[in-house]
Amino acid sequence: MNKPLNQKAWLLVVPVFICVAFSAILPLMTVVNYSVQDIISPTQHVFVGTEWFRNIMTDPDLRGALGRQIIFSACVLLFEIPLGVGLALAMPASGWRASAALVVLAMPLLIPWNVVGTIWQIFGRPDIGLLGYVLNRIGVDYNYTASPTDAWVTVLVMDIWHWTPLVALLCYAGLRAIPDAFYQAAEIDGASRFAVFRYIQLPKMRGVLMIAVLLRFMDSFMIYTEPFVLTGGGPGDSTTFLSQYLTQKAVGQFDLGPAAAFSLIYFLIILLLCFILYNWMERVGKGGPATTGEDNA
Amino acid sequence: MARIEFQNLGHAYRPNPASLDDYALQPMSMVWEDGGAYALLGPSGCGKSTLLNIVSGLLTPSEGKVLFNGRDVTLQGARERNIAQVFQFPVIYDTMTVFDNLAFPLRNRGLPAAEVRTRVHEVADILDMARELPRKASNLSADAKQKISLGRGLVRKDVAAILFDEPLTVIDPHMKWMLRRQLKKIHQQLKLTLIYVTHDQVEALTFADEVVVMTNGRVVQKGGPEALFLRPDHAFVGYFIGSPGMNLCPVSLDEGAIKLGSQRVTVDASTLATLKSTNGDLKLGIRPEFVRLAGDGEAGAVRAHVTRAQQLGNYQLVTANCEGHVFNAKMEPGLRVVDGPVWLRVAAPETVYFSNDERIAVRAAGGA
Repeated sequence: MNKPLNQKAWLLVVPVFICVAFSAILPLMTVVNYSVQDIISPTQHVFVGTEWFRNIMTDPDLRGALGRQIIFSACVLLFEIPLGVGLALAMPASGWRASAALVVLAMPLLIPWNVVGTIWQIFGRPDIGLLGYVLNRIGVDYNYTASPTDAWVTVLVMDIWHWTPLVALLCYAGLRAIPDAFYQAAEIDGASRFAVFRYIQLPKMRGVLMIAVLLRFMDSFMIYTEPFVLTGGGPGDSTTFLSQYLTQKAVGQFDLGPAAAFSLIYFLIILLLCFILYNWMERVGKGGPATTGEDNA
Repeated sequence: MARIEFQNLGHAYRPNPASLDDYALQPMSMVWEDGGAYALLGPSGCGKSTLLNIVSGLLTPSEGKVLFNGRDVTLQGARERNIAQVFQFPVIYDTMTVFDNLAFPLRNRGLPAAEVRTRVHEVADILDMARELPRKASNLSADAKQKISLGRGLVRKDVAAILFDEPLTVIDPHMKWMLRRQLKKIHQQLKLTLIYVTHDQVEALTFADEVVVMTNGRVVQKGGPEALFLRPDHAFVGYFIGSPGMNLCPVSLDEGAIKLGSQRVTVDASTLATLKSTNGDLKLGIRPEFVRLAGDGEAGAVRAHVTRAQQLGNYQLVTANCEGHVFNAKMEPGLRVVDGPVWLRVAAPETVYFSNDERIAVRAAGGA
């Protein structure tokens, strides 16, 4: 086709470009700038090249935090996605029950992060918290301020409680978008309940599931407030995740250079993992091998 | 294959219907023969989908019975009845190949793999889809997807009937024609009982041996294309079938003639006698194909005023106004018709009369 050439049209993009520049590119560039300098005082700084990056990469604290972070995010996805799908399948499709279920389910999503932390902090306390007290009374030695395992489990359960509803709501929306004809066809074709899930509901939920996985991955990878309020990253550094490590560096110790270098690495890790996850799910949903493996020749 | 019979079948979505208006499907009895091709035709909301869902077993009727080969299946679901259905929008299993899609109903019934393969290949040959078998079903065009939906019905040997719920809605016009022909061929080849729901009269008339015309939850006529065209049982059928539909105009009886508005129209004696013996609101109906220009004061003709003559290639569509009623006429394209007063013959041998919208059977020859 003959497309008219009009270079002036670029002017139309300028407003958006300015917005993005001020909201994203400039701040990011500031961080890049910091990451290669040693900021001694607001007026004094020296160029240090890649030193901060080398320092950070070899910092055992960072490696520990990164390891915990990856395990935590993996656990979050492993529990929240199947649980969310299950909840969405179990929810009523219409009527007042559906509305009630939606309201109840959405409740944890409306609570501010730090309040969630506070709720679980009190809930889990062995002396006055309902959960902690009951567990100890029935003979479980539970104390999230002393035992790393207990702290881990509490942070994980808290996150599952807080965010599984998001997965469930997304899946629910995906399920409701499936026309009745699909279920009728499956009924006529004699499909079992599992086959309906496997060949109709799951494929049709693929899009929303992808969003749910990515959102939950990114959010959990950046988790900060809840464990900070609940455990403060302890006992020891057993629940110190990446964000908290970063904050300690940047705000606590005012090491702006290393913090900036780490921010960039952090950002790249999230970008990379999202890219991998996205491509993997895309492939599983679409181009994957024939599902029933029967010889089709 | 099955012979499908309805006994006093009716359905109301609300309990205890007080009048006929409360029914989505008014009680009726009917038989669809084994191996026949039937079309349910009517405008949106006429109850044809309700009737289809009752046949398929997705909906349990509030009264009456459905019999398949004399066996009462009223309370059975879609699975036990062994029907197959093709829906308005293609229903395919996205993640499966075409082969797996076609094999799905058989595998669910636990057939051995070898038999599944034979059946699937047979059906793929019938549908002309053998080459597409290893492909992902989700990448195919809409018409191919509809063929897969149909194929999932055809693979089952025991299927009682195949139902189509406006299956060509999302298909391109020229593919529609191809698919209809293929469907017709499959029907002749396999002698299946096919039931086809549509609001498109061309689709219904080309597909079916018999068309069931419905309006407002009521079956108004069941018959072949010729009967629907020449002898519509109900004014609605006349109006709905044909393009444009039948000209309908209220008339009254006069001494030795009928009156259309203020004009007297002479009709033959036997017709007049028949009309006199009925009571109710009378209507005259004549197809645009049978309206023709007449000489001044000719028997059966009325004075009208041509408002438009439109050339449509193989005919011209003449629109005329007579006493406030619009008459359409299909005339020879070469005929010179100008806007202005004319005489139109409306009481012809092909003219039909309705009393309260039901057709009056004129006893002697020449009437209907």
